[in-house]
Amino acid sequence: MTDLTAGSLSVDQIRNDYTAMTRRKRVYGGILLILFLSLMAAGFRTADNRNAGSFVDGWHRILDYPTEVLSEAGEKISEMPANLLSFFPALIETINIAAAATLVGTIIGTFFALMSTRGMALWPSMIPLFRRISDICRAIPEIVIALVLIFILGGGPVPAMIAIAIHTAGALGKLFSEVNENASLKPVEGLHSVGANWSQRMYLGVIPQVGPNYVSYALLRFEINIRASAILGFVGAGGLGYELRNAMSWGQGRYDEAAAIFILLFVTIVVVDQLSGYLRDRLTHGSEKGALA
Amino acid sequence: MSTFATNLTVDDLKAEADRLFNRKRLVNFGLPALVFVYLVYVFFAFDVSGPVARANWANGKTLVADSYSYKTHIARDNRTGEVSAAIEGERKGAYPEGQAPEWVALGETTVIDLEKGHVVRFGAQTVEYDIPGYGTIRATPTRSAGVQAELPEGEVPEWINVSKNRLSVTTDAGRLTVTRNRSEVFRYFTGWELFWFTLDSPYFGKSFPELAGLTASGEAGAIFNDFWTNKMWRHQDVAWAIFETILMAFLGTFGAAIVALPLASLATRNFNRMRSIRFATRRVFDFVRGVDALIWTVVLARAFGPGPLTGALAILVTDTGTFGKIFSEALENVDQKQIEGVQSTGANAPQRYRFGVIPQVTPVLLSQLLYFLESNTRSATVIGAITGGGIGLLLTQAIITQKDWEEVAYYIILIILMVMLMDWFSGWLRRRLIQGEPGKKRSLRTPDPKPFLLP
Repeated sequence: MTDLTAGSLSVDQIRNDYTAMTRRKRVYGGILLILFLSLMAAGFRTADNRNAGSFVDGWHRILDYPTEVLSEAGEKISEMPANLLSFFPALIETINIAAAATLVGTIIGTFFALMSTRGMALWPSMIPLFRRISDICRAIPEIVIALVLIFILGGGPVPAMIAIAIHTAGALGKLFSEVNENASLKPVEGLHSVGANWSQRMYLGVIPQVGPNYVSYALLRFEINIRASAILGFVGAGGLGYELRNAMSWGQGRYDEAAAIFILLFVTIVVVDQLSGYLRDRLTHGSEKGALA
Repeated sequence: MSTFATNLTVDDLKAEADRLFNRKRLVNFGLPALVFVYLVYVFFAFDVSGPVARANWANGKTLVADSYSYKTHIARDNRTGEVSAAIEGERKGAYPEGQAPEWVALGETTVIDLEKGHVVRFGAQTVEYDIPGYGTIRATPTRSAGVQAELPEGEVPEWINVSKNRLSVTTDAGRLTVTRNRSEVFRYFTGWELFWFTLDSPYFGKSFPELAGLTASGEAGAIFNDFWTNKMWRHQDVAWAIFETILMAFLGTFGAAIVALPLASLATRNFNRMRSIRFATRRVFDFVRGVDALIWTVVLARAFGPGPLTGALAILVTDTGTFGKIFSEALENVDQKQIEGVQSTGANAPQRYRFGVIPQVTPVLLSQLLYFLESNTRSATVIGAITGGGIGLLLTQAIITQKDWEEVAYYIILIILMVMLMDWFSGWLRRRLIQGEPGKKRSLRTPDPKPFLLP
């Protein structure tokens, strides 16, 4: 303010002020960068100290295990098709866990999202409650629920499915409610005025607006859930992960099986990624084309 | 487009509309039906009825009950006659010799008051249990003839289990087990036992005002030390484990970003003119992403052994692929105009990147990084459970014992709080860094950049 009343500044003054400002910014940036890098270094050293083997001793051994596995698989290459075929049911189970969990999670997540969006909720006073529920569902890592359920239900795909579905419901609930907030409420009001009940308003007024986005997010979630279901298998919940752990605990002599599982898992993840990427691309860009036409 | 055709008759239009309605009807009923059919298939493929029928509901009941209650064991060695008391029957929770909780009167005849009229007496030879409304049960363990039990007249109720060598009585007030060598009483309490101090600490059983007084008189260090080194709940180890988990997520996320940024610029059209290298880099990203955290964890655990470093590296490697993909997309979408503007002032290449590119991509990249920081906290828990490190390891260890469910409940609560805290923190930092104004509410029109590869 004082600068304005003091009349116009000389070019030199402006330049000096500007350089002072940039210098200050640079110093702050530099301090932040140094702080960040030292945090990284200190963190790395702490992690290294608390690890069973240190990075320096181990880094050249990273490729030992893959080489061992691959060379054994290479020796027994003739058995590979049979191995791939024998683990195919496990692969189907892994995919089924992910798909069923995604479906169930999407249904519950849709419910959470509708219940926690202003203007759409059936009981508006319960909005914070449903938000907290979906926050908690989202915060629980799948493995926690899976391990507890395995204790009660025994190993198998059901605990994994429930665990992934709960997490998916929470995660999608949040994403969906963000989508809902951008949806127009006019169709809902219109339906309300002709006497539609809540489920009709939602199904006919909201879902058609947000459907493509929902499907796109659900597909994304499916990709993630395939990986999660493989990991949960590793702690005893069936599917490819379980077979992988068995093959690994046998150690040498069964590495060809481990390699077959690696290949199946890799191919599945890549194929699902590509497929869902393609579908999502069509969903988003397809709707844009429709809007332009 | 057929909509714009002008030479349609009414009949044609009607036919078209009918077709449209039919298709909508088919989709509206077909899709839910398809989902339903799939779920039915899954129901049978997973054999859902099997596990539910075989489910060990007793396990579930102990799990739930144990997560909010604990039991104190009062045991007598029948040969020596020695009576010992221990919380959860663990050595860590044992009372010093000759001491017991106040509801146990040690002596020639040890009298254990289970309240509500239930009293157990460990006599010289015979164990007696008074149950109101039923009578007194007597059991005499002998070396030669097993456990000789005398029950009141009448049919044996189902909560009493008698055999030659064993008598067990389960009531609401507690549980009594007598075998040849050992007589044991459990009494159940609500709460988490010894959460603050173990029995050997002088501060055990002190109320909060008393502790506050002691803190004021200079014993804060000792009090904290007793709490911190609590053998039952291991607060120190738990704090370290949480720290390790967050450390894994931090190192993994930011390490991956540091590795991925230069690689990502190799994979973009506007920074790298060589098609072959671009193609190769992208395939590397795809490969690294496709191999999945599980396999990386397994491979890295072979090289480095269990621990936080392995987890951090597994996250780092997997996320390098993901970040590479996100970053290269962001770099390809930069606005050329800004770069041209900088170039028009005579800037050279590094200056063009510094002032033309970096300010454009930084918000996108940072917000993605912070999204991943939160989700990687969860991944770090999972990876820790597989490879052994952090809170994930503690959780699996507690579950494997199949009896420390109160600890499992404690860890689960801690994990949820940790993830929510990281979620809040990353959201706060995102708003701070990207919009520059703390606590400013974001409008509905400009939501955060979408997390297109959110794990």
